[in-house]
Amino acid sequence: MPSAFSRLRPEDKPVVISAAFIVVILILGTVYTLITQGSAPLFSPNYLLQQLQTGAFLGIVAAGMMMVILLGHIDLSVPWTLTAAAMMATAVGGEMALPTGIAVGIAVGLVNGLGVAYLRIPSMIFTLGVDSVMRGLMVWHTGGFAPQDQATPLMRFLAAEKLLGIPVAIFVWVLVSLVIVTILARTAFGRSIYATGNREAAAYLSGIRTRWVIVGAFVISGICAAIAGILLAGYSTKAYQGMGNAFLLPAIAAVVIGGTRILGGQGRYVGTVVGVTLIVLLNSVLSIMQMPEAGRQVIYGSVIIGMLLVYGRDKRLTG
Amino acid sequence: MSTPLANLATSIRQNRAFTGAVLLLVALFLLYNVLHPRGFSSAVLIQNANESVAIVFVAMAQTIPVLLGGLDLSVGAVMTLSACIASVLVNGSPLQIILGMLVTLLAGTAFGFCNGLIVVYGRLQPIIATLATGAIAMGLALFIRPKPGGDIDGDLNWAVTNSLWDFVDTYGLFDADAAWFAPVAWIPVPLLIILVFGACVWLPFRRTVTGRTIYAIGSAEGAAYMSGLPINRAKIAAFTLAGFFAACGGLYLAIQTASGNADLTQAGAYTLNSIAAVVLGGTSLLGGVGGAIGSLIGALILRVISFYFRILSIDPLLQPLVEGLVLLAAVSLGAVRVLRIRNRLDLFR
Repeated sequence: MPSAFSRLRPEDKPVVISAAFIVVILILGTVYTLITQGSAPLFSPNYLLQQLQTGAFLGIVAAGMMMVILLGHIDLSVPWTLTAAAMMATAVGGEMALPTGIAVGIAVGLVNGLGVAYLRIPSMIFTLGVDSVMRGLMVWHTGGFAPQDQATPLMRFLAAEKLLGIPVAIFVWVLVSLVIVTILARTAFGRSIYATGNREAAAYLSGIRTRWVIVGAFVISGICAAIAGILLAGYSTKAYQGMGNAFLLPAIAAVVIGGTRILGGQGRYVGTVVGVTLIVLLNSVLSIMQMPEAGRQVIYGSVIIGMLLVYGRDKRLTG
Repeated sequence: MSTPLANLATSIRQNRAFTGAVLLLVALFLLYNVLHPRGFSSAVLIQNANESVAIVFVAMAQTIPVLLGGLDLSVGAVMTLSACIASVLVNGSPLQIILGMLVTLLAGTAFGFCNGLIVVYGRLQPIIATLATGAIAMGLALFIRPKPGGDIDGDLNWAVTNSLWDFVDTYGLFDADAAWFAPVAWIPVPLLIILVFGACVWLPFRRTVTGRTIYAIGSAEGAAYMSGLPINRAKIAAFTLAGFFAACGGLYLAIQTASGNADLTQAGAYTLNSIAAVVLGGTSLLGGVGGAIGSLIGALILRVISFYFRILSIDPLLQPLVEGLVLLAAVSLGAVRVLRIRNRLDLFR
């Protein structure tokens, strides 16, 4: 059906292609398990739910990252914002654990946003600096050891329990997604993000307070990283050094695979969800195949390149 | 009309960020040696230089894609890949060693060339293309060296990580105690390697049409295209050269540590530090302004700051915090531009 495909809107293509690729991954994985074990665990609801549960952490981080990438910026402070929120939440404990963690996210987001929007320092380097400052603060706070504080029961519930047979973490992801979709599609702030990402000068001249838009997007990214950190601490019962390191690059990759333009101004949230699912399932199929780390990295990189070569190419330069 | 002095003054005015970086480095390094309990010595200089080579090369590698207005997130991974290749090949007979070094450099350069092809003909954004190829490079590095280790020629390790005297002495090139040689015998070999590569590769390259085109693309790609400049060739050359410099860093790291280690965290840290060094050295992340020599200085600044922790009795737990604050403060100096802008629209470049 080439005609149906070419009638797709350009921003829908990535979503359709990535979704198709997810199916391909599942089929390939199932063929493998059928041959080696004679069973097809990949299509069992339990397995998929379990994968989505671990995917929820990445999904929430990617949701926040997408807001920033839509502006043409990037948030490299995610790893230690996530870790700091988790450590602070477990350190404070009790009822104040969640508010404390989220407050950490808001604070980091504010610093990032003010630095990028008002000081006009490229986000690539400013958020990198903030990340190392957060790392420094946390090393200082914990003395370089894994903190002994336990996650609160509420954090455990949000990350590891099940409700109606579905992991609660997935509900949290859905909730975050609903908020983000509403912001992007239904609010003036959301439309301002797209406008500012397309051309900040034009957005500014049309009366959008672009600097506040930038600060707002970074705060959302900080909050999302903090939520992911709180959940991850609940999942593994405590916070630990470097718990956020594994999230930064996959989050960026998920957003971009989902069709969001890395230069900003274009992208749909559903694409990010599909991108996260793709990365999570790819990882799990590779681990079922007992692929060594070396092969995983090569396949992981090749998939990103391959997907982008299909639909992520820039226009030809014509002057 | 222009006298050399006036030329120098103009050059300083036009390269404020670079001049600032040089002054900062000189001040930091002088203070470091004043505070050092044993004062300035060749041994300390050799040790410092040794620990700086890899990050200097990676920072120089990063500079060239940044000048295009792009970013190469694979430099750390290519460095790691080269180090792993070197840890397998650089041993045996002198001919084998030289061949091994050449293969290492060639492999990194070829990887950079592939980056360039993907960016130019795949028309992908450099930052995201190299994010993916970086993962591939790490995968290849893990194939070559699943566990840390390696076999590097011991003489070579000794010769290039010490002073010029040791280098001459190791290979018996001539009488190392000759009177004419004494004034330069104390110079650390790693320092020479940095300077030779910086001066003999980068400076001639930036004067070529390809080199100038890189700057032109960073300033205004459309205008460069309309002027008939070789855009594609310049982009491919930029990433290839980045791969070459990253391979130099990897080769040196392998020789210095006598091993290869496909460490994901370390590769990531090198990539991120290289961006910091590029910015400290006065290269604009928007492209078109700066140079690899600035990044060399920027990388040295980063290293000297970390040397301070050894000689001052600062709580080691505070070290990451101070490093982060210094980095943040240094890049925040770029905000001075905001104060000088008269038309607010100039903010949104």
